[in-house]
Amino acid sequence: MNLNNMLLMRHELILTTVILILIIADIFTADKNKKSVNYIALGLFALHTVIGFIPLKTGTLFGGMFVTDPMVYGFKNILNTGVLLIILLAISWVNKKGLQNNKVGEFYILMFSSLLGMFFLISSRNFLMLYLSLELSTLPVTALAAYDIFNRKSSEAGIKLILSAAFSSGIFLFGISLLYAAGGSLYFSELEGHIGHSYLSIAGLIMFFAGLAFKISLVPFHFWTADVYEGAPTPVSNYLSVISKAAAVFILMISLFVTLKELKDIWIPVLYGISVLTMFTGNLFALRQKNLKRFLAFSSVAQAGFIMMGMLSADHLAASSVLYFISIYIFSNIGAFGVVQLVALAAGGKENIDDYNGLYRTNPMLSLVLMISLFSLAGIPPIAGFFGKFFLYTSAASKGFYVLVFIAVVNVTISLYYYLLVVRAAFLRKSENPIPYFKSDIFARIGLIIVVIALFLLGLYSPFYDYIDSVTKILNI
Amino acid sequence: MDLTYTVLIPLIPLFVFLLLGLNYKRIKEPVSGYIGTTGLLITALMSFYTAFQYFFNYGKAGGVYQKIYAFNTEWIHFTDTLHIDMGILLDPISAVMLIVVPLISLMVHFYSIGYMHKEPGFTRFYAYLSLFTFSMLGLVLSTNLFQIYIFWEMVGVSSYLLIGYYFEKPSAILAAKKAFIVTRFADFGFLVGILMVSYYAKTFDFKILTDLSFIENLKMQSGIFMGLSVMTWALIFIFIGGAGKSAMFPLHIWLPDAMEGPTPVSALIHAATMVVAGVFLVARLFPAFYFFDDGFALNVVAWVGAFTTLFAAVIAITQNDIKRVLAFSTMSQIGYMMLALGVSGFEGHEGLGFMAGMFHLFTHAMFKALLFLGAGAIIHAVHSNYMQDMGGLRKYMPITNITFLLAALAISGIPPLAGFFSKDEILAAAFENNMPVFIIGYIVAGMTAFYMFRLYYRIFWWNNPDYEHKPHEAPATMTIPLVILALMTILSGFIPFAEFVSPDGAGFHSHIDWSLASASIIIGVAGILLATIFYKKESELPTRFVRAFGRVHKWAFNKFYIDEIYFFITKTIIFKYISGSFAWFDRQVVDGTMNGIGNGTVWISSKIKGLQSGKIQDYAMFFISGVLALIMVAWLLFN
Repeated sequence: MNLNNMLLMRHELILTTVILILIIADIFTADKNKKSVNYIALGLFALHTVIGFIPLKTGTLFGGMFVTDPMVYGFKNILNTGVLLIILLAISWVNKKGLQNNKVGEFYILMFSSLLGMFFLISSRNFLMLYLSLELSTLPVTALAAYDIFNRKSSEAGIKLILSAAFSSGIFLFGISLLYAAGGSLYFSELEGHIGHSYLSIAGLIMFFAGLAFKISLVPFHFWTADVYEGAPTPVSNYLSVISKAAAVFILMISLFVTLKELKDIWIPVLYGISVLTMFTGNLFALRQKNLKRFLAFSSVAQAGFIMMGMLSADHLAASSVLYFISIYIFSNIGAFGVVQLVALAAGGKENIDDYNGLYRTNPMLSLVLMISLFSLAGIPPIAGFFGKFFLYTSAASKGFYVLVFIAVVNVTISLYYYLLVVRAAFLRKSENPIPYFKSDIFARIGLIIVVIALFLLGLYSPFYDYIDSVTKILNI
Repeated sequence: MDLTYTVLIPLIPLFVFLLLGLNYKRIKEPVSGYIGTTGLLITALMSFYTAFQYFFNYGKAGGVYQKIYAFNTEWIHFTDTLHIDMGILLDPISAVMLIVVPLISLMVHFYSIGYMHKEPGFTRFYAYLSLFTFSMLGLVLSTNLFQIYIFWEMVGVSSYLLIGYYFEKPSAILAAKKAFIVTRFADFGFLVGILMVSYYAKTFDFKILTDLSFIENLKMQSGIFMGLSVMTWALIFIFIGGAGKSAMFPLHIWLPDAMEGPTPVSALIHAATMVVAGVFLVARLFPAFYFFDDGFALNVVAWVGAFTTLFAAVIAITQNDIKRVLAFSTMSQIGYMMLALGVSGFEGHEGLGFMAGMFHLFTHAMFKALLFLGAGAIIHAVHSNYMQDMGGLRKYMPITNITFLLAALAISGIPPLAGFFSKDEILAAAFENNMPVFIIGYIVAGMTAFYMFRLYYRIFWWNNPDYEHKPHEAPATMTIPLVILALMTILSGFIPFAEFVSPDGAGFHSHIDWSLASASIIIGVAGILLATIFYKKESELPTRFVRAFGRVHKWAFNKFYIDEIYFFITKTIIFKYISGSFAWFDRQVVDGTMNGIGNGTVWISSKIKGLQSGKIQDYAMFFISGVLALIMVAWLLFN
């Protein structure tokens, strides 16, 4: 390994550097200047995001444990953009909460560390590496969930997340060991084609799947989702609902489509059932929620069900449509959570749907962003979310899963109802004391503008889909 | 000939929408009205020019009207045959729509300057109107199924905004939501149909999908499902989408409620343009409807149309809200158009039904918009929607009276007004091809005349109540559109429509068959006479009649309780039993344990209790049982 090869890890190396600089900066900044840590973090991360777009060589490291190809680094760039948006939206929040307990730098250090874990996760082509990076990505988030130490709910969320995560990673590790027993290797490349049908390999497959399903919030591994999203600070819920979910879907797709493709006849029916279960559970729970964060939690559970539908056809089209959907989903959810976070910060923790009555009168722009994000989640054209869903339908329909497409369509209709409830509250309802007008800081505004532009552009500007379609050709399906 | 300029036709309203929508606080009444109307005038002139040029100049090649792509660009590429385009398609039916949509929209824009005077959100109203016009034009000019779907949805969104315009009124919000959700539900049928077409036909393109040799080929290849070709199923699904937008039974429940929107909106959306989108969609795919499985899907269209036309006419007779009478009348007339398409053949004179359906779409747009705008003027004058509050208005509102009368005569099928010609062609087509459908159509013609004149007499004659404020004629901005539409109602029947619009594009000569025409005039006149006896002067007669019919009247008055049936299904079954039980689980099992813990303890102890509350253990138990269940299932699959 020489320096040239190390450059394959450029994303990870730069991010590690950013984290190190932040630790030092945090130590050396006087308490009264803590605010500046925000800007250092933002600046460094923006730089990191931009550098990420410089093309990379393709190759493997550490004997095939770590891989870089256009699909992987393309996806890393998408994750980078998502995290950049999350921190743009979060700065005002961190300033308030972080300064209270003197922990500004910690927020960024933890979030970037978790992101580093995600990077290794999607690059890993070895089950042990995958396990380690999964842990690296989870542990910092549990600390982040408990970041708001003066809030009981936040601490509760942290505890719940770490216990559930520990439990699921135990099962995950057991699944990996069974796969090792069945196939005789931990390397994806060596397992491919050597993992025949046996009780052992199937049990391994399911446990491995359960570990990732936990991260993606698939039913019945989703129970932590609502409690943690509700209790955790909103920027952290935002991160959990998009970045963490997206990375897990990515690696689940690679491992199922490529490494475990021999077991297709097993995992396709399993995914089918999980998909139906997840869509219905997410939607029916979301219908009755009063708290917006809990509502978004169940909505994100339902969205995960749609993603599983897209994976069923297990081919090139499936990979493209899933990645395309996820990229759009990231922006839609960041927009929705972003608005919730800004409102809660400005109006003193108001998070119920009823609190949003009459929001359009007082904060028209914010309401529009909320509407566009929710419409994107609901899949209403011409907003990007519609195209995302459309490709998922196409993918499932191309292998003849018509019944499932029909079920999905029924679910979209249900979901439309509850998304409209929120839009109705903001736009059509009147309130005696609506949330007063407030001005968000410049960073949050930039963040939301980018989200809105992306929500139109990703759908209407077709080269984006073409790009995803071209990079997924690398997959050896 | 370079036709790229046609792109501007839909884009100008879009531009106006953006201009007004982004500056809605800065641009005030009436400037926004002038901007909107001027923008639409330009669009309308360009549309008329394009339609005229198409019909008389370059549309025909070899005696047959061609489908011309004025503009087409590939947008998303799947395979060489399957790709999504955006473009502008000119053919006889889109050219007809290029006359109808901008004309009615222009009238409504102009009329609303007076009608919406001093309404809060005047600018917002014009922004929405422009957005709607853009979407509707995009819909009728679409070159492919996917494009039409996108505009179809945008039409849905903009009509949602317009119905819910009076957002202070809870009923308006409910109506908007209902319209949106019911039509969306239908639209998913449309989407499933599109997916099936894309899979079996491997193209979205209208030119290819309606090409006869392509259809012949596809007939050979496409699979069979439950005795019918898969393409027939796809077309039926697509028709579900059309039936939702066009308020066909049983997806009609949103239309009467949509009358909560401002009256000009009802004229534009719920009379002339959006609600006929379903008819347009069937006409657009007519060759496919006609040729697959010997027109099985087309038969479905005919019967759904026939049933709806009768069903709506019965209800219309019993309603007292003048806008609701018009709404059910619209439903009934659209049923007529569907019926006409449904009984049509393909070649030459056989295509009479197709032509008659499109002709009726055209004439109906004129006189129904006139009726709605007239109703708007009346509501504006007496501040009520109910006919009980009206009567004797002919003295106060002469222009409205005469134009309303003309429109009522037209819809009753009295010559020489427009409705007579188109309705007569529909009846003739049904007579030749489908006797039961003809009989339904014939009876409905009489009922239409009756309820329209019931409406007319109750508004303008009946009695002379003492009005608190003397009703007065509407301002010129409102009466000028009435007069223009009245002229169209008188003249448009004389257009030799069959020369221009026919399924095969070749055109044919249509003659009025006077034996049939006189029969239809007779039943129309009979309906009017009956209404005159009942309603010209205030009397006890109608009440006695209603009493005699007792239960039947009550059923019809309550719209046969279709709304209640839906309500029962959604509210009681879905929400209460299904969603309710999930919510119960969430509350009792998930939250219940947590609620049991006292709130008085300090947070650190609650943290420890959170550990031991059993909640996390519950989660873990669900997790592990999920894993075990999945392993069982997977092992069963393996065996």
